[in-house]
Formats: sequence, C-alpha cells, structure tokens
Amino acid sequence: MRRFLDAVGDAPRGVRIAGLVALALLAYALPLLNPPIITTPESDFRAVLFTVASYALVALGLNIVLGYAGLLDLGYVGFYAVGAYTVAVFGSLHGNLPFPLLMVLAVCITTASGLLLGAPTLRVRGDYLAIVTLGFGEIIRLVALNSEWLNGARGITGIPRPPSVELFEIPRLTWEGWVAYVDLGDKSVFMKFALLDATPYYWLTLTVIIFVLFADVLLQRSRVGRAWEATREDEEAAELNGVPTFRFKLLAFAMGAFVGGMSGALFASRQGSINPEPFVIQISILFLAAVVIGGQGNRWGAIVGAIVVAYLPERFREASEFRVLIFGLALLVLSNFRPQGLLPPRRRRRVNRETDRKQQMEGGVVHG
Amino acid sequence: MTSPETSTAPERTLGEPLLVVEGLCVNYGRIEAIRNVGFQVPERGIATLIGANGAGKTTTLKTISGLRPVRAGRILFEGEDITKVPSHKLVQRGICQSPEGRGVFPGMTVEENLDMGAYSRKDRRTGAIREDRDRVFTLFPRLLERRSQFAGTMSGGEQQMLAIGRALMSRPKLILLDEPSMGLAPKLIQQIFTIIREINAQGTTVLLVEQNAMQALRTADVAYVLETGEVVREGTGAALAEDDSIKAAYLGGDV
Repeated sequence: MRRFLDAVGDAPRGVRIAGLVALALLAYALPLLNPPIITTPESDFRAVLFTVASYALVALGLNIVLGYAGLLDLGYVGFYAVGAYTVAVFGSLHGNLPFPLLMVLAVCITTASGLLLGAPTLRVRGDYLAIVTLGFGEIIRLVALNSEWLNGARGITGIPRPPSVELFEIPRLTWEGWVAYVDLGDKSVFMKFALLDATPYYWLTLTVIIFVLFADVLLQRSRVGRAWEATREDEEAAELNGVPTFRFKLLAFAMGAFVGGMSGALFASRQGSINPEPFVIQISILFLAAVVIGGQGNRWGAIVGAIVVAYLPERFREASEFRVLIFGLALLVLSNFRPQGLLPPRRRRRVNRETDRKQQMEGGVVHG
Repeated sequence: MTSPETSTAPERTLGEPLLVVEGLCVNYGRIEAIRNVGFQVPERGIATLIGANGAGKTTTLKTISGLRPVRAGRILFEGEDITKVPSHKLVQRGICQSPEGRGVFPGMTVEENLDMGAYSRKDRRTGAIREDRDRVFTLFPRLLERRSQFAGTMSGGEQQMLAIGRALMSRPKLILLDEPSMGLAPKLIQQIFTIIREINAQGTTVLLVEQNAMQALRTADVAYVLETGEVVREGTGAALAEDDSIKAAYLGGDV
C-alpha cells in the first residue's frame, strides 16, 4: 500500500494529471454505467452517489479546518445546516430567489457564520474549541427546531432546484450478470434537476468538488498553506516567526464554513424539503470520521473517507442492523493499524518512515 | 568568514540600551509568575538572565515576545513601547525568539523550517534569503548535512541549532535565546556558546536565558539573576561570575 501510494506520488506530472482526468471521467460516468458490485442493490444508486459526493465536499471543507489548520471542529454540521436553511428560507419560505443567487447567498451567510463563531472561540485552544463547536452545531439545530420563523419541526418545503437546461437524453446501462444492456427506458436528461433522478445533482456536486480541489491545491501550496502547517505544528513557534496565527485560524474556519455551506445548500435543493432532524450531532461525528479515517491533511484521504462513511453502509445495507457495530469495530481496527488514516499526507508518511528508521537504529528507544 | 572556533571576538562598543524592561509583572491566573522585573540589554551586547527552574526566565522571554499578556510594567525596544505589540509583528521590528527545547516545526524539513524563519520578510523573492540560509549553514554545518531531513526526527541538539538558525533567518536586531544549552552534551554546550558569541560578533544583540549559569555569565556583558519572579542581583557577567554568593547558589562545585 505504502509503495503504491509513493509510486503514485512520484509519477511524472503528466501521468498523474492523466490519471486524475480519467478518474474524474469515471466518476462522472458512474451513474450511467451502473457497474455491478459497485452499484447498490438495495437503494437508488444515483441517490447514493449524490450523498457520497456531498459528504466528500463536506470532508474537503472540514479537512481545511482539521487537517490543515489543526482545529478540532465537532459542530461542523452547523455550517451544513446554515447552508441548507439559507436556501430553504430565501428560496421558499420567506422569498423566492433563483437558485444561483441562493447558492451565493448560502455561501456568504455560512462564511459569515464561520467568522462569527471563530472570532471569539479561536482564541481558546484544543479541548475548549471542541466543546464550543459542539455547542454551536446543536444550537443551530435547536434554533431551527424552535423558531417559528423557520417553521420549527415542520421544516420547509418547496425548495427551488437549479435551473434545468434539457439538452439531450443519456441512456444508462443495466446489467444481467456480467452482460451490459443499454436501457433506453431509463434515461437521464442532461441536465434536468428533478426529484426522481439524482444524476444531475451528482454531476453538479462533482463539478463543485473539482473546483474546490483546484482551490485546495493552490491554497495549500501558497503561503497560506505554509502558515496553516506552522500553526498546526507549533502555534507559539509560528507566532514567533511572524505568522498571525489567529487570523489564519479564522481564515481556515471561514473557508471550511464556505465549503460546508455549499454542500448543505446542494443537499437542501436536492431534497426539496428540509427539517431540523438530519442536522444532528451524529452527522458532525460522521463528517469528522470521514476526515480522520481518510487521513487528516490529505484532500484525497478526505474523499476516500467520505466514500467509506457514506457509501459502504449503503452498499451493505443487508448488514444495516449491525451498521453501527461494524463501524465501531472498523474504527478500532483502523486506529490501531493505521492511526494516521487510510491515506495520510505524503509528508506525514515520510516523517513516519524516518522516525521508524531512527527508532530501529536506536534499538527502539528515542533519545533526546 | 572564519570558522567560529578560530575567530576572536572583534572589539565591540556597547551602545545605548536596545531593550528596556521596566517593572514587568505577569500572572498565570492568580499566580504571579514574575514581579516587578526590570533590566536592560545594551545594543550589540549580550545580556543574560540566569536563575533556577521556575524563577520566571522563560516567562520573561515569552512576555517580551508578546506571547504572554502583561499585567503591569512596560517593554521598550529602540525607545518605542512594544508592550502591547503582538508576537507576529515583533519579528518585523527586529525581535526574534528561539524557543526553548524542541520549538521547531517537526513535520517540516530543516530547509522548510529555515524558510519559515523568513516568513515575514519582505525580500522573500530576492537572493538575500539564500545568502542568509548559507550563513546559517556556515554557523551550523550539521544543519547543512541534514537540510532535507524532517526536524522532528533530529536529535535535541540539532533541533536546538535549527531553532536558533530559524530565528536568525528573520535578520533580527535582537535575538532572544531560551535555554540554548538545555539537554546538550558538554562538548555541544561549548559549541553553542561559541556560536552565540559569533552571532553577536556579526552584529546581533543577544538576550540569553540560561540555567547553565557559569557559561552564560562568562559569555554575557551584563547579567541579571532571577529568583522566584524577581531580579535579585545584577552586574557585569564577569563580576557576577566571581561573586561568592552567586557561585554558591548557582554554580555549584561541578561546573
């Protein structure tokens, strides 16, 4: 595994880009290919794909906060909820803004809420931040639940969808065993946003993910990324070297909120109706699990983690009664054998290896 | 440049006080960490704060660096009040601290750590950074050997060197060194003090905090003794090194 990952990392730039393009094309084609084994026999594969994609988007956002800046945010679902509710409130309940404008508004409001939450709380450290963010997530849900203006527990319906441009129809494949048939009776319309077929939503989310990935790469390689890394590794040392750590932590929080809000907005639009119920703390933990399982600080790890937490339970629904148990066991195994996650960042892998080597040379003891 | 071992310190003329600390009080919650601490660091000189563990040496340095809030008193640098200036802005003014122990970025390589030292410099795109890096490598040849190694995998002494080298990368007028000899082998301690004198000879004013009192006093132009948060003695390094009560209290028999 290690060798494979390093080979991927060492591959020439061109090869890597070609590989990523192929991977992206495959991802776009998934709902049409409907491939056996991968497809989910007991739930709508297209809907599952959309869920996985929106989790991946959230994980990318949380990865900025947790993986890059090293801030433990246990209430990330709060931003997801703010994004979703913004679209619902201004698109249906108290306004009828068009979807593109709603997206912009959702992103602005979640970013603002990130700044608002971060400004007082990012001055406290570690455990305290975790507690405060935990509270934030719950407060958002409870406000939604108890506010008449937000329709309380009844929730909000009639959330607008993105404008459809019905250009052409694309048939999908059905499989009988290993033989594929083109199913002309089950076509996806490019791009018709509707309740039944989640494919256009999946494509839209995938596109957003690709943009976020680009921004993520640029950001991480910039001075901002370096400042986050320094802050995460040793906050006082970073400050002593001239990094305004508070400002950079706040920036990470705002960017995380931005991405989380986008995912929430897409979720609300896809659902068509929302209520406070899905924005519970367990979802925050699930988001966190995605980043930690995948490998904090690695964008690809975050995506892999999202696939693990969102896709596997749907794929193996027959085991759904034992879902939580299996999940817990898997986490235990993982934390023992791969404590840095499935795909730790490349640098972390190198540090680990050098530390291992050093420990071996010193007979298993690290000297000062 | 001559190597640190063979160079003799050039004639330095100590200037006006570069750093002045007056009546500094710092609390951790209700506990007074330092009380009414005052001292001066002459320009181009080496000043040292010595004292036992828990005397408040590190707190004093961290407070000067802006990492701890001041309850009372003030800090002047080049005649300007910097008491409330946040840490990250002090670097631009010319104060840089090399933190105690393993204050390096463990997951960054030696070179990346040094680059972080130059983080707030405006001339990042010029060759000046590389020149300064080479200067650090000349002072610490060991760092050159390990330039692409991760800092966290190096020995304590190497990390200490890296922390000092990183602080130098900001081209400070005043460098604050927190226990540079901590946990080092005696031979390395000698080396570190030689390097401190070399850094000073190149024009950087030094404020040194040390438990290794004898070495520090021999190196310093002026020295202050901290005891339970207060300055109890002051004088030239040489004078305090000869003082019997200081010898008895801090130097012991084995130094």
